[in-house]
Amino acid sequence: MARRPRKADARGKKLDRRTFLAGAASLIGLTAAQTLFTPLPADAASGPKAPPDPTKVPGAPTTPYGRRSDFETATRLPSDAFHSRTPLQTLHGIVTPNALHFERHHNGVPVIDPARHRLLVHGLVERPMIFTMEEMKGFPAVSRLVFIECAGNSAAEWRAPGGQTVQQTHGLMSTSEWTGVPLATVLREAGIRPEAAWLLAEGSDAAAMTRSLPLAPVLDDALLCYAQNGEALRPEQGYPLRLLVPGWEGNVCIKWLRRLELGRGPFMTREETSQYTDLMPDGTARQFTFMMEAKSVITSPSGGQRIKRGFVEIRGLAWSGRGRIVRVDVSTDAGKTWLPAQLQEPVLPKCHTRFRFPWRWDGKEAILMSRCTDETEYVQPSRQALVAVRGVNSRYHYNAIQSWRVTADGTVQNVEV
Amino acid sequence: MSRSSRWLTAALCFCWLAGTAAAEELRPAGYGFGRMATEAEIKAWDIDVTPAGEGLPPGRGTVKAGAKVYAKKCAWCHGPTGTEGPQARLVGGQGTLKAAEPVKTVGSYWPHATTLYDYIHRTMPFTAPQSLAPDEVYALTAWILFRNGIIPEDAVIEAASLPNVQMPNRQGFVPDPRPDVPAR
Repeated sequence: MARRPRKADARGKKLDRRTFLAGAASLIGLTAAQTLFTPLPADAASGPKAPPDPTKVPGAPTTPYGRRSDFETATRLPSDAFHSRTPLQTLHGIVTPNALHFERHHNGVPVIDPARHRLLVHGLVERPMIFTMEEMKGFPAVSRLVFIECAGNSAAEWRAPGGQTVQQTHGLMSTSEWTGVPLATVLREAGIRPEAAWLLAEGSDAAAMTRSLPLAPVLDDALLCYAQNGEALRPEQGYPLRLLVPGWEGNVCIKWLRRLELGRGPFMTREETSQYTDLMPDGTARQFTFMMEAKSVITSPSGGQRIKRGFVEIRGLAWSGRGRIVRVDVSTDAGKTWLPAQLQEPVLPKCHTRFRFPWRWDGKEAILMSRCTDETEYVQPSRQALVAVRGVNSRYHYNAIQSWRVTADGTVQNVEV
Repeated sequence: MSRSSRWLTAALCFCWLAGTAAAEELRPAGYGFGRMATEAEIKAWDIDVTPAGEGLPPGRGTVKAGAKVYAKKCAWCHGPTGTEGPQARLVGGQGTLKAAEPVKTVGSYWPHATTLYDYIHRTMPFTAPQSLAPDEVYALTAWILFRNGIIPEDAVIEAASLPNVQMPNRQGFVPDPRPDVPAR
């Protein structure tokens, strides 16, 4: 028994060295694209080890910046160098851990020194102004739990069931507690001229990502955020400063924000003309489709999982860009009958709401669905109803009811009903 | 009004005035953060180009010059003629927007020619964004518009001409009508 602590120590040190070497290799030996395409695999050969009885062994000392248990392996799922998806099937509650928040960037994650970062506010303002990060943090602050969903979340579902797992079908969305200063506060510091009607927001990434936004609605509740779940924004979330427009498609929440320009009309950037416009069957395209309409999904049981007979708590998320979720109904028989799910508090506007539904699986095939209603009485549509209006080429804003089939052996699959 | 209610009114008035004064002290006309931006600072960052052509710099480009720049700096991502990829297809697709497989390109989909200048200058080439000179951006814009049959081969693209280029899908965009799907 006396040797055991030393063994654990030796293993711990070895693991640390290995982790460090793997990290160093990713920085030095591989190109940025390679590391983005191939996530570093868990060390399957040895894996994490636990002592047979942790009460018999002194534990690890304190650490300056914590990390999760070595037994927890959920990761973001990159689909290319510019998208990665949140593992919704393994998360609990409504807050997404910062390291698992989905990513979407248009030419990589920039490295920005906050001491040198500036926000320029100009155009139709009384006083064109420049702010430092220290000054941004000096304004009266607001914290708010808000979801961000990519306009293209679930885009692979338009024509037929696309993703196998909920991470693939719905993983381009996350929720955080965001902290920052109201956009209106900063714009008023510069003085909004009466003829200003649109706002251009621009990032300092290699895409100089740019969107035009109508001024009146964003003055209501948009924030210029510097913190996420209590700490500074992650680099991939816009460090040191991002725009957040609660309830609107993720791409308008410009990251690495460096410039705000007020103008009379939209600037018609590439992102709001050739991208992020929704092509309809008649050949016209809807433009400035900012709102993320009400949507829900069962995250467990979900595609790729396997359940056992007996009690199964059906769990999922519901959200609406228009406000609060007031109701989620669950069906276990492909939509023939629906029963209300329990909504977990807090139920906040423009935020994920966790729902739960107690169920007993009898071992027969079942089709699980969830359908939400928001405070505007908007009801999440069926796939058929959505496609009947919009066709299958609009790419963005797919918010139909998701169906998961539980087969007789307990495996769960993405299906169309 | 009784003596006591007069006192009460006076006290309330005093509290209201004191409260207002305190709020004013905490929140003057502004918070006093930030400083005025100089013309040079604005010019260095203000790179957007509007549909009216505001923001277009001096310079000019021809289709012929654009072909050379394109072959050297763009073809490896967008294909030799702007149709092969692997990255975004730039040319063709006109008349396909109602088809089962629409082909969205500059020629078939983009509503404003000015967006080409803004986007090429802002982001291209992908590995060296904002490295092209204005003449190169004008020339590439000319080449892409020519390849899409939108301008003639001898056209010169510059600040004065670009906003006047008529894009085929200029009228193709409509406002957001949502909510648009009946509940069930």
